[in-house]
Amino acid sequence: MEVTGAQALIMSLEAQGVEVAFGIPGGAILPVYDPILDSSIRHIHVRHEQGAGHAAEGYADATGRPGVAIVTSGPGATNIVTPVADAYMDSVPLVVVAGQVAAGAIGTDAFQEVDTTGVTMGVTKHNYLVKDASEISRIVAEAFHIATTGRPGPVLIDFPKDVANMRIEWEPAGGVDLPGYWPPMEPDPEAIRRAAELIRDARRPVFYVGGGVVKAEASPVLAELVAATGIPVVTTLMARGAFPDSSPLCLGMPGMHGSYTAVTAIQKSDLLVSLGARFDDRVTGKVAAFAPEARVIHVDIDPAEIGKVRRPDVAVIADCRLAIEALVAALAEGGPLDAGRLAAWTAELAEWRTRFPYTYDAGDGSTIKPQYVVEQLRAATPPDTILVSGVGQHQMWASQFWQFERPRTWINSGGLGTMGFAVPAAMGAKVGRPDRMVWAIDGDGCFQMTAQELVTMSMEHIPVKIAILNNSYLGMVRQWQQMFYKERYSSVYLSPDLPDYVGWAESMGCVGLLVTAPEEVRPAIEKANEIDDRSVVIDFRTDAAEQVYPIVPAGMSNDDIVLHPSQAGAAR
Amino acid sequence: MSASTNGNSKPRYHLLSVRVENRAGVLARVAGLFARRGFNIVSLAVAPTQDERFSRISIVVDVESAPLSQIVEQLAKLINVVKISELDPGDAREAELLLVTVGVPRAGGKGLGELIGRFGATVLEESAEATMIMLVGDSESLDDFEAGLERYGIVEIQRTGRIGLPTLSPST
Repeated sequence: MEVTGAQALIMSLEAQGVEVAFGIPGGAILPVYDPILDSSIRHIHVRHEQGAGHAAEGYADATGRPGVAIVTSGPGATNIVTPVADAYMDSVPLVVVAGQVAAGAIGTDAFQEVDTTGVTMGVTKHNYLVKDASEISRIVAEAFHIATTGRPGPVLIDFPKDVANMRIEWEPAGGVDLPGYWPPMEPDPEAIRRAAELIRDARRPVFYVGGGVVKAEASPVLAELVAATGIPVVTTLMARGAFPDSSPLCLGMPGMHGSYTAVTAIQKSDLLVSLGARFDDRVTGKVAAFAPEARVIHVDIDPAEIGKVRRPDVAVIADCRLAIEALVAALAEGGPLDAGRLAAWTAELAEWRTRFPYTYDAGDGSTIKPQYVVEQLRAATPPDTILVSGVGQHQMWASQFWQFERPRTWINSGGLGTMGFAVPAAMGAKVGRPDRMVWAIDGDGCFQMTAQELVTMSMEHIPVKIAILNNSYLGMVRQWQQMFYKERYSSVYLSPDLPDYVGWAESMGCVGLLVTAPEEVRPAIEKANEIDDRSVVIDFRTDAAEQVYPIVPAGMSNDDIVLHPSQAGAAR
Repeated sequence: MSASTNGNSKPRYHLLSVRVENRAGVLARVAGLFARRGFNIVSLAVAPTQDERFSRISIVVDVESAPLSQIVEQLAKLINVVKISELDPGDAREAELLLVTVGVPRAGGKGLGELIGRFGATVLEESAEATMIMLVGDSESLDDFEAGLERYGIVEIQRTGRIGLPTLSPST
């Protein structure tokens, strides 16, 4: 069958099982938008390419399937660089197709020409420039294979317009042949044996669980491993929900704004078992002072993560699920663990949990505390609600005060810290999981960056709910200026009512609600929950003075964790 | 440079022989990776192999900028990188090519002809004012030759950087 390159692209995407693509047409990608009309793929026409990218990420995070975005050349491509970089940092499987000027015009500074493969080289797992339409089926198959296997990540396909118009004989892709790409899968049995030995002997062990556990769908086997060993768990920002917060062995989030118990458990541990985590600076604080007494087992599918920050005693380079399964088997083989071996440790942890929980000053009821909104949201929504957040104070409060019980119910921008992530990512999550309630907790600063996608939600009937914790500031920056820049507030003030968020929502076809008093919080959430034919935006006017605690100041040791003022002086 | 060490007898510069797919942009991917990860390249040489699907890149890396294992593992993540071999000096043959122009004729520089003869270098061109010389050898010999030429006034110099292959009779 003779087809155009563009038709071959769409057929190749269909062959990969793509159901949804987010994008915006434009000059160089025009040929691709024609066969989309005849395709089984639902194309969601967003309002900005950044929205397409974050929506594709939200879709991928919610479903575990790769997200797909289609953009035009030049500004279309550069506008999606931020989400691509975000996906690279957080290992999100993404396939982005970007239009390109005709192959013959490349290098001439043609209209809407950008060196897209050059620009994205450092922020993609791999990228392609299609030179011949006959390559398309192979390249698309490779792109999905690379994006979804090993450590997942974004792959970009740069697609010149004349190649899209080329006529070729359609040939579906054969098997993928990538001589330089062999992602590890099975763990080395010897490494597993040594890891099991360390786990057996440890007296103050901690499972340091990262996003890799979510990507590997390893939560069920992690639960088995924890049950078999009784070892407590910390879940990083990327792994919230990988292990249920309701378990007495869940210590919560480690790191800069982690719980005292999670942070201190790591600091005092004698064995740190890292499962799909990467010793990010927001977790380690000052590396030289991080978990100083701990031996380290590092399980990761990416060999380059081993020893990048901390040299492990045992490295297990493997898929997290397979590695954890092997650990469970190896531990079972060695007979039952000494039940009392962790008694002193768990008692100590329990005491910290009681003494130093996350806390905030409830105040006199005259202002809405942002943490209270998060608590009320959690209480008023179904357990399997997907929560999406932007970046900043609201993100930390969401992670701290929401109770996560299962994987893929928490979607946020961890590594890149992309403000504006929440609205489009929530849209993508809802597209991927229409059966679930999707809430975004956003900041007022973040919301203003990408809220044009409310129009897309209205046009495409994608009902999500957005809670703006509106403190009229770039709150996290304000917090740092207060704490570390002598309260010299520089360019952090926004405004509580400029823009008029309710008016913004209404003008974009959504329901807008304004909440200014604590007693209105719960009723507003319940009202939003009842609306499922439109998106809802609630403008919660929150107390601007609230700070995120605990905090480990940047570059400091985790031992220097600063607790909420009401707990200060009581630690250790 | 090749004699430099980081003070604890471990060599500071390591030669990596990297087999890559012969595709457009591969060199940019390798160079870009080194730049964005802050790894230092001392020298780099690239050319196709006998199998036109692959090229070989010889890279001399500075392990003071990052541990060798990090450099190798990050490099291995590039999809077009097929195989990375670290060429241990004891188990590899290495060579480098030097082209140099000095600002004197061969006969005009006192001892220049003798120096050229001692190193087995080849005179490529001569004029009344200058001599262009080529030398192939290990990097230490090239260093020594270069040092010996300095008194004659080096006008231009180009070295290729080290390339290498595993020896036919490895020590282990």
